[in-house]
Amino acid sequence: MDFAGAYSGEFLAFLLQGFLITLKIALISIVLSFTFGCLIGIVRYSKVPVLSPVLAFIVEILRNLPLLLIILFSRFALPDFGIKLGPEGAAIVALTVFEMAMISEIVRGGLGSIPKGQIEAGRSSGLTYIQTLRYIVLPQGLRRMVPPMVSQFISLLKDTSLATAISLAELMHNAQIVIGHSYNYSIPILLLCAVLYFVVNFVLSMVSRRLESKTA
Amino acid sequence: MDFSVLTGNYETFLHGFYNTILASLLGLVGSFILGTIIAVFRISQVRPLMWFGTAYVEFFRNIPLLLVVFLFYYGVSSLVGVTLDGFNAGTLGLAVYTSSFIAEAIRAGIMAVPKGQSEAARSSGLSYLQTMRYVILPQAIKLVIPPLSNQFINLVKNSSILSIVSGFDLMYFGDGIATDTFDTINTYIFVAMFYLVLTLPLSYGSRVLERKLARHD
Repeated sequence: MDFAGAYSGEFLAFLLQGFLITLKIALISIVLSFTFGCLIGIVRYSKVPVLSPVLAFIVEILRNLPLLLIILFSRFALPDFGIKLGPEGAAIVALTVFEMAMISEIVRGGLGSIPKGQIEAGRSSGLTYIQTLRYIVLPQGLRRMVPPMVSQFISLLKDTSLATAISLAELMHNAQIVIGHSYNYSIPILLLCAVLYFVVNFVLSMVSRRLESKTA
Repeated sequence: MDFSVLTGNYETFLHGFYNTILASLLGLVGSFILGTIIAVFRISQVRPLMWFGTAYVEFFRNIPLLLVVFLFYYGVSSLVGVTLDGFNAGTLGLAVYTSSFIAEAIRAGIMAVPKGQSEAARSSGLSYLQTMRYVILPQAIKLVIPPLSNQFINLVKNSSILSIVSGFDLMYFGDGIATDTFDTINTYIFVAMFYLVLTLPLSYGSRVLERKLARHD
C-alpha cells in the first residue's frame, strides 16, 4: 500500500475531475428520469386505455434488465439505428431510461396508496379529474414518495460507475487508470473514491430524513 | 429478427448464462449468511458489535457495487499477494455488497414485530433463543421475504458487473459476440432475453408471494 504515492497532487486532481463528471451525469440523469418517471407513473395510475398497458410492459422489461446491458446498448447498438452518442450521451440516455422505469413504479405506488375515497370526494365536490390529481392526490402521494425516491437517486449516483464500461471518464474510470500505474495504489485510491461517494449519498439520505420528518 | 447470432454462438451464450446463474446463486447464499450475521450484530446489545454492524451497512450501501468488486479485484492482490480472478472477485463483491441490503431487510423485519410479543414470550418462560425461534422469527420472516426476493432479482441483474472484470458471465460473452459478429443489436437482444428468462419469473413469483403473505395477516 502506498498512500503517499497514490495521493499525489496529479492523481488527486485527476480523480476530482472524474468525480465532477460523475456528479454532472448523475444530476442530469436525475432531473430527466424524475420528469419522465413522474409522467409515466401518473399515466399508469390514471389507467389510460392502450397507453397505460403499453407503458406497463415497457417498464416491466426495463426494470428486469441489467443497467449495464442498457448502457452498452445505448453506446454500441443505437448507432445501428442511426443514433450516434458519445460516452456521456449514451450514459445519460441509459441511466435516464432505466431509472425512469424505477421512478415511475415509485410514483404509481405512491399515488395508489392514497385512499380511493379521497378521489371520489374530490370528484363529487366538483373538481375535474386533473384538479383532483393536482390538489388532492399528488401533494399527499409526493410526500410518501420522498424516501424511496431519494434511495433511487442514491442508486443512480452509484450506478453512474457502470459507465466505466463505455469509457466515460467518471470517477471509477479514472480510479482504474491511476491503479494501472501501480497496484500498490489500489486500496488508497478505492478508499478515497468510497469516501467521495459516501459523503454525497450520506448527505442525500440526511436530506431525505429531514424531508420525511418535516412533512410527516 | 436474425437468429444466426444465437445459433452460431449458442455454446458461448450458454456458458455465460451458466456462470451468471452460478454467480447469482453463490452471491445469494453468501450475502444471506453475511447479512444475517450483520443483522444480528446491528440489533445486538453489545455496543462494539452494534457499531461494527452499523458501519458495515452504511459503508457498503452507500458506495457503488463496482467499487466493492474492485476492492476484491485490485485491492486483495496488493494486500496479501493472492490474485482473485474476475469471477471470484466479482462474486465476492456481489455477496458483500448485497449483504448490507439483506442485513437491513432482516433487521427491519425483526424490529417490526411489536416489543410486547417478546416480552410476553419471555414472561411465559421461553428463553431468548426460544422467543426468537418460535415467536419473533416466524412473524419477521413474512416481512423479510418480499425485500429478500427483490434483492435476489437485483443480484441476478448486478451479476453483469462481472463482465467489467472479465468474469466470464453472460454480459462478458455477449459483449465478445457483439464485437466478433458486428451484429450488436441482435446479440444484445438475445443477452436481454437470457436475463429476462431469469428475472421475469422471479419478479412475478415475488409479487405473488408478497400478495399471499399479505393476505394471511
